[in-house]
Amino acid sequence: MKSKFNFLQFLTRQEVKILPLLLAFMCLPAVAETIHEEKSLYRDIVVDQTDGRRCLIFNVFRGDRNQSCVDVDDREMLVFTYTRMSFAGLLLMPEPKKILIAGLGGGTIPTTFHDLFPDAEIDIVEIDQAVVNVAKDYFFFEENENMKVSVNDARVFIKRAGISGKKYDYIILDAFGGDYIPEHLLTLEFLQEVKQIMSPEAVLVANTFSTSKFYDHESVTYQRAFNEFFNFKLPTSGNRIILAQLHPLPPRGVLITEAQRIVENLKKYGVPLLEYPNRLSTRVDWDMSRRALTDQYAPANLLKEN
Amino acid sequence: MNTHKLPKSTIICVAFVSGFCIMTIEMLGARIMAPYFGGSLSVWGSIITVFMLALSLGYLIGGRLSTRNPNPVTFAMFFIGAAVFSLPIILFADSIMKPIFMAIEDPRYGSLLASLFIYLIPTSILGMISPYSIRLLVDRSEHSGHMAGLLFFISTLGSAAGTLGTSFYFVLWFEVNQILWGSIVALISAGCFILLLNYLFNRDGVITPQAQRYEKQI
Repeated sequence: MKSKFNFLQFLTRQEVKILPLLLAFMCLPAVAETIHEEKSLYRDIVVDQTDGRRCLIFNVFRGDRNQSCVDVDDREMLVFTYTRMSFAGLLLMPEPKKILIAGLGGGTIPTTFHDLFPDAEIDIVEIDQAVVNVAKDYFFFEENENMKVSVNDARVFIKRAGISGKKYDYIILDAFGGDYIPEHLLTLEFLQEVKQIMSPEAVLVANTFSTSKFYDHESVTYQRAFNEFFNFKLPTSGNRIILAQLHPLPPRGVLITEAQRIVENLKKYGVPLLEYPNRLSTRVDWDMSRRALTDQYAPANLLKEN
Repeated sequence: MNTHKLPKSTIICVAFVSGFCIMTIEMLGARIMAPYFGGSLSVWGSIITVFMLALSLGYLIGGRLSTRNPNPVTFAMFFIGAAVFSLPIILFADSIMKPIFMAIEDPRYGSLLASLFIYLIPTSILGMISPYSIRLLVDRSEHSGHMAGLLFFISTLGSAAGTLGTSFYFVLWFEVNQILWGSIVALISAGCFILLLNYLFNRDGVITPQAQRYEKQI
């Protein structure tokens, strides 16, 4: 299981070469203590703690990195850049009433949303019961009246939600498994099902990697589903966040005004919202001749290797 | 009593094809099910369960059929029949899965039932090929174990190739339905090839010495 946080992506070749040395050096002073280990149906789960930082790690033996981290003494602070980036959707949908999050991890994203919007109804869909247990036992995640987890496949959950006419204002796709996002959560048909459950003003926030070859197929698929979307990348992250809406995207001016209006609310979580509007781009930086991914053709995990 | 006989190499070749196609169809099962039942481990469990069940039934029925007048025409019909009953995987999979998805909330039982409807019949027919091939290969009882071993070797090798080819390469080059069409064409070709050889080798009145020996056995 690859981490959702794509670390090696933004290092140069030289940096990658000295990385093992660096890591060995870094391991000396701060000793990571393993506080929990468990094998689930889908992965090996490890919870590590180094000083005050507690991290959820999937499949450590394959050398994978932290899936989700929390600062035990400052729980509200979001540790990862990509986690903060998933709040960029607030620029397009500042007051979500119904939120859907696919992929729980340590539960930092839903917990932050619940903190921000206590009255919002938050549904989380996570395939692995063990991840839900670990999030509750070690990452301060709690279910309540307004925030509930379904242990289910995201595709099945969303298809059913569509049939029963449910609508969400803010949808985050953050489900990772195998090597990358599972193939059936990348196809055009899936995105059509996601569109079914979007309210007219809703925003879709999808966490992906800026990996080269596969990046093109994925972008072409989102473009076919939504016509246009905001591509959100930061130099400090190997992640690419896709922001899409059912209607045409607002101009940058609107985003800047919105960022200025709500930036204060997000300060304690460490989300630098004011920096975001200038990073949202609609420029096509992918090969448009690539095939879209469909239920018939989605060898995503194979493509990624190339 | 019919005294038809096929060259051993032909039987071995078509056994490879059937082993190959079984696993190609099985590997694509998870892809076909995922849009309705997700990618959880239980979906794989459903598919493998149904394939094992279908193959076991096929072995039983194929073995029984081989005791009554074993002949190349029936053998060819297994291939053509499996191909014909695989057509619904392409043509009706969605219309089979949709009502099951609506009726059954739990994706485990949903995928199990859907796999039964989609895969039980074609896979059972493919399962009949192995015991029937052994019957066509064996002409002396002391060779039966040897022939069974050879046949299992070839058909399982075909399965390994089908699994690898499908999961590593075909999905990268083709759409799911194109690969399924490929399997169907391969099965029909194998069936027609058997019919053709049967026609060439066993034309009326021509009884080869091999066939005479074979007759004495029975």
